[in-house]
This record gives sequence, C-alpha cells and structure tokens, in this order.
Amino acid sequence: MCSTCGCASGETRIEGVSNEHSHHSHDTSYHSHEYSHGLPFAPRRLIDIEMDVLAKNNHIAAHNREHFAQASILALNLVSSPGSGKTTLLTHTLTRLAPHSDCAVVEGDQQTTNDADRIRATGVPAIQVNTGKGCHLDAQMVHDALHQLAPKNNSLLFIENVGNLVCPASFDLGERHKVAVLSVTEGEDKPLKYPHMFAASRLMILNKIDLLPYVTFDVDTCIANARQVNPEIEVIQLSATTGEGMDQWLAWLEQQRCA
Amino acid sequence: MHEITLCQNAVELMQEFGQQNRAQRITAVWVEVGAFSCVEPEAFRFCFELACRETLAEGCELHLETPAAESWCYDCQQDIRLLSPGVLLCPQCGGRHVRVIADDGMKIKRIEIE
Repeated sequence: MCSTCGCASGETRIEGVSNEHSHHSHDTSYHSHEYSHGLPFAPRRLIDIEMDVLAKNNHIAAHNREHFAQASILALNLVSSPGSGKTTLLTHTLTRLAPHSDCAVVEGDQQTTNDADRIRATGVPAIQVNTGKGCHLDAQMVHDALHQLAPKNNSLLFIENVGNLVCPASFDLGERHKVAVLSVTEGEDKPLKYPHMFAASRLMILNKIDLLPYVTFDVDTCIANARQVNPEIEVIQLSATTGEGMDQWLAWLEQQRCA
Repeated sequence: MHEITLCQNAVELMQEFGQQNRAQRITAVWVEVGAFSCVEPEAFRFCFELACRETLAEGCELHLETPAAESWCYDCQQDIRLLSPGVLLCPQCGGRHVRVIADDGMKIKRIEIE
C-alpha cells in the first residue's frame, strides 16, 4: 500500500514494468515553507472547475482508443463477476482464433499471474496486470500493458477485467465494447442487481449453458432483465467447455472486426 | 469500493486548481454526482475526508449535489424522472422508449479557496 495516501496503487504490478508509482503523483510541493506563511486573514474566493473527476482516466482512454483505431485493433473489455468463466471462454476462443488471426490479451487480477499463464499456454501473448487492492483496471494500466504487449496491427485485443460487476463499469479503458459474461450458475436477476455494468455492455454472454439442466436458471427471465436495463444489449448463449454457441460468438467477433 | 479512487482523482484535480490559483487552503468543494454514475454518495463522503488528509484540501467542506435521473419519454413526449436509474421504464406510461438525459459522470463544479 502507498504510504503517502494509503491507496493501493503502489501495489499495482504490470509484468515487465518496474513497479514505480506511475498512475498518480503525490505532489507535496504545497507543503513547502513559503506556502505556509500566508496572510493571516486570506480572503476566500470561488474557482469554477466544471471538470469530470475521471477526466484524467477518460483522457488516457481516448488516447488508447485512438491508438486502437489507427492500428485497426479490435479491443474488447470483458467484465463479469469472479468465476463466470471468462478465462476459459478466452482460452477456447483463442485456440480457435489464433491460427488465422493475431490476438493478444491483457489480464487483470488482484494477485497471481495464473490467468496470463493459462492464456500463454495457448501460444497467444498475454500480460498480467495485478491491481493489488484495486478493484478494476484503469486506462493507465492498460496503456502501460500495451507498451509491453505491443499488439500487432489488425489484431484482436481482449482485456479481461478484474472479476467485479461494479467498479469496472465506470472506468473507460478505450475499448470498442464491454462484453459482460454471466454464467447460469449465478442468478438470473444479476442484470437488475448490477444494472450499471449491463447498461454499459454491448453484448451479454450467457456462459456454462451445458449446466442448465442442473440449475434453476431461467434464460428468458435473465435476458428480459438485461433488456430492462439495456434494451439494445445483444445476447449470445454458449458453453465454452462443450463448444455449443461458440460459432455464434466467433461470428460476432468477426462482425465487429469488419464494422 | 472505487469511491476511494474517485476521491483521489478529485483531490488531485482540486489541488491542481488550488495551486494554479495560489491557494493556501481549499475550504470547500461542490461536486455533482450524476444519477447514472454508480457512485454511492455516502461512500464518497466517507472516503473524501481520508483522501483530503495532508493535502491543501484537508478539512474542506464537501457539498454533494445529486440531481434526479432526468430522462425523456418518446411515447409521452415529455420529461420524466426515472424511479431507479437501473430500470429504463417510464413511470407515466410504463413504456421502454426512454432516452436518458442524466449524467453518468461525476463532476467537480467549483472550489472555494483562501
């Protein structure tokens, strides 16, 4: 943890990047002697700012987005709760895609390089970002990871966010779309419980449909719930394990690449 | 949980403007939390005080403005207020044909310095 402010950013680790405190600075110059000897009755005044708190993140995200556009990279931000099967979905997707398309992956987790190791086992380059105590990836982390990863032109970049259905909704990374992954072992009311994430996503993947016979999960209710918070959301039902529905997902990816 | 990050970003911005204006202290700040911003005002308030410690803004007064979820219903052809930002449903006609006007961001409106 950063000893200056108690934040967790000091624990952010990106493979291949030295662990300096880069994504925000602790400017302490105002503590200097000259500032502490002001007038005893300084007048108060108002300064208009009118700036978004996330302006800095949004600025870096815009820079990332520009880079993706120039290099014709399709960047997708995969979001879900922990355990929905994002990494398994990715490894199966990459096994099918990698022989004929360039792919790269940025993996976000609080700790361990397990997920990046799983991706690299498919032969696809991956960089693990450990957010320490942080609950989401931000645009700066993705920017730094991209410099290590150097994805090729015309490639597909998957950014697997930290498993969390709350915070990643607020942080633009510069991706083309957010893709929400929801597994049928979770509740069908998740889109209502975590509306911001499903409202921010272009596509909802209903994963693990091979388990439907064993769980009380109503697919139609789930889709209706998702459309309640986002009438435009597209839905693909699949099982990464059995491969059912994978063709539809790959077709969606192809369609996005051409868009 | 991300409110702490937002607070740090907010304090950073406030400091920047405070220093530019040769402030010795930031005494108050006005922040607008958009209805669709997924920021919990109470959590923000809690973290804000912590984020301000040992900065120009230490002990500053926080004015949080939380405007309603303003939207427009195409069916009723009028301004409406959603009951919950999570459900895009017109409270008048029950229709889904709704355009969200409310902000999803979080903005620092102004600061008071001395």
